[in-house]
Amino acid sequence: MARTLFDKIWQRHVVTQFEGSEALIYIDRLLLHEGSNHAFRTLAAWNRPVRRPRSAIACADHYVPTVGRERGLAGFEIVANRDEIALMERNAHAHDIVLFSHDDPLQGILHVVAPELGMTLPGTVIVGGDSHTCTHGAFGAVAFGTGSSELAHILATQTLWQATPQRMRIIVDGRLGFGVSAKDLALAIIRTIGNDGGIGYFIEYAGSAVRALSMEQRMTLCNLSIEGGARGGMVAPDDTTFGYLADRPHAPKGADLEKALGFWRTLQTDDGASFDREVRIDGSRVAALASWGTNPSQVVAVDEPIPDPANEGDPVRREAMKAALAYMDLKPGMRLCDVPINCVFIGSCTNARIEDLRAAAEVARRGRAVVPAYVVPGSRSVKRQAESEGLDRIFRDAGFEWRDSGCAFCTGVNGDLVRPGERCASTSNRNYKGRQGPGSRTHLVSPATAAAAALTGHITDARRLGPAAQ
Amino acid sequence: MTEPFTRLTAVVIPLDESNVDTDQVVPSRFSKLPIGPGHERVLFHDRRFGADGSPNEDFVFNRPDYQGAKILLARRNFGIGSSRESAAMAVWSFGLRALIAPSFGEIFFNNCFKRGVLPIKLPEGDVDKLFDYLAARPGAAITIDLPAQTVAAGPDMTYRFDIGAVQKMCLVKGFDEIALTESYGKAIADFEARYDAEFPWLRVQLGASAR
Ligand code: SF4
Repeated sequence: MARTLFDKIWQRHVVTQFEGSEALIYIDRLLLHEGSNHAFRTLAAWNRPVRRPRSAIACADHYVPTVGRERGLAGFEIVANRDEIALMERNAHAHDIVLFSHDDPLQGILHVVAPELGMTLPGTVIVGGDSHTCTHGAFGAVAFGTGSSELAHILATQTLWQATPQRMRIIVDGRLGFGVSAKDLALAIIRTIGNDGGIGYFIEYAGSAVRALSMEQRMTLCNLSIEGGARGGMVAPDDTTFGYLADRPHAPKGADLEKALGFWRTLQTDDGASFDREVRIDGSRVAALASWGTNPSQVVAVDEPIPDPANEGDPVRREAMKAALAYMDLKPGMRLCDVPINCVFIGSCTNARIEDLRAAAEVARRGRAVVPAYVVPGSRSVKRQAESEGLDRIFRDAGFEWRDSGCAFCTGVNGDLVRPGERCASTSNRNYKGRQGPGSRTHLVSPATAAAAALTGHITDARRLGPAAQ
Repeated sequence: MTEPFTRLTAVVIPLDESNVDTDQVVPSRFSKLPIGPGHERVLFHDRRFGADGSPNEDFVFNRPDYQGAKILLARRNFGIGSSRESAAMAVWSFGLRALIAPSFGEIFFNNCFKRGVLPIKLPEGDVDKLFDYLAARPGAAITIDLPAQTVAAGPDMTYRFDIGAVQKMCLVKGFDEIALTESYGKAIADFEARYDAEFPWLRVQLGASAR
């Protein structure tokens, strides 16, 4: 029978099924961060050891400061964060789990570090203590986030009870226009299906525009799957995937690689396989987008009028739009390109990989920042790579701040906060009320749009900026 | 671990909002608190309390009609966002035992079961009718029957809901999944042996070659 990519991976991981309902799924990789300390408390309460310590890695990302890191833990201004990281170090040590802590040269955001080290592999099931674990689906893996009890369950048993999700395929035909990024595409998809359109589904992204994306861009696309409500999203592995994995420290090599490739090449949706829902998007019509509201489906093109709730037929959405406009201090009909912003954040597990920084630097070199703009590489490896390419110089010369790696302004728990009432053009993935700090207002954009916003003080389509100043 | 959940008749708080994310359920600054009892104050903290810590009388949780409520009714997409389990813990600590909405953030939905809370998905039309029913009778109770998988409001309104077999059994019996899973210990070990033989390249010791 013709099967989907998702089915092929899922079915291989079913250990057993309970009364025709939930399946017990075998988990290949487990991704942990500071918040996963809760899972170790649960494990201790259950009095169970970790079954397979070296199937897990842990990263310090949410709580690390992005300045003053050379001072080590003493450089942490928020004592509670320092204590959580110290606890995480003890947990990792006690259970023999590899940790990339605040001072590690390979430290970074979990969803940047695991792929760049070759830990994220096609055909695997990857679970993380973070909702954006769906990022790893870019490699043709079934990857999703979970809470601390389920993490503890995986630590103890290497398995998880899960209901089998429905399958959705999103086919993006054509090709993205010049200067249009995977972030714009992801926002266009969420605008189309709604921020709840994916609930109950696992998504496969397909079509020529998706095939043409680099691995970095596929990670951006899959990262936003959960913002469309889906537990995860995936792209079938292909030569782009295999090329990215070549020579990564943890990816298979030699004879192992030949074996792995034989398997990986079978990871395609069969012709004739059926999906519970299919959505088609014309890639050539995707514009540079920005969010105007407080959920990631509330997006418009940079120069498109903000929609009027009065024209929304669905009453629940209408009320959500009104509440969002009030919180964001915007009115229907306004255009985001006319609204001044207060700061810019280029970073997060959505958009802080090397290609993202290159795209932002390409724009930054054309002017000077007129508002505070923070560039936070997704990992220290990305930071070193960017520095070797001179991107840090470009950013600094343009008046952007070049910082150390972490989640930073994406959620602000490390102290990097957007002030109350201020507007931030941000390359992150969530624009909820107060996400970047109490009272903060977030506009989700691509790296190029964010950099252009820094130069003009308004959300700006980078394609409209003049050429580089000489 | 949790107390068994069978039948519940209780007052319902109608929270007439969609897209309530876990940052609203528990502001992120509280997410470091060890997850356990004592989370009652952090539930909807910034909605329930003003900056000076006094109760915000306008928020539905603070209205006299709904004191002692054990059920929360909400609109679409309740509990989207962060995977933090403190959100489910706070719901339980506050005394809520069941949540009803047309859809939930999936991670939050699963976390609820781990903390003894029953999240119930009902079709939007049924949820609308429940909101109408409660608007006409503030402080009214409804009945949830988990073994029968029904929600009943008054004599005329009964709605059926679906639930996973593992989730139902764990709630009804009040035990952790880990006990169930360990009863499959041999199946897991056999699976793992076969799996490791088939995918030797996956058996790498993470970390060993990274440095
Ligand atoms: S960068 Fe943001 S979304 Fe990504 S893991 Fe960190 S806090 Fe979560």
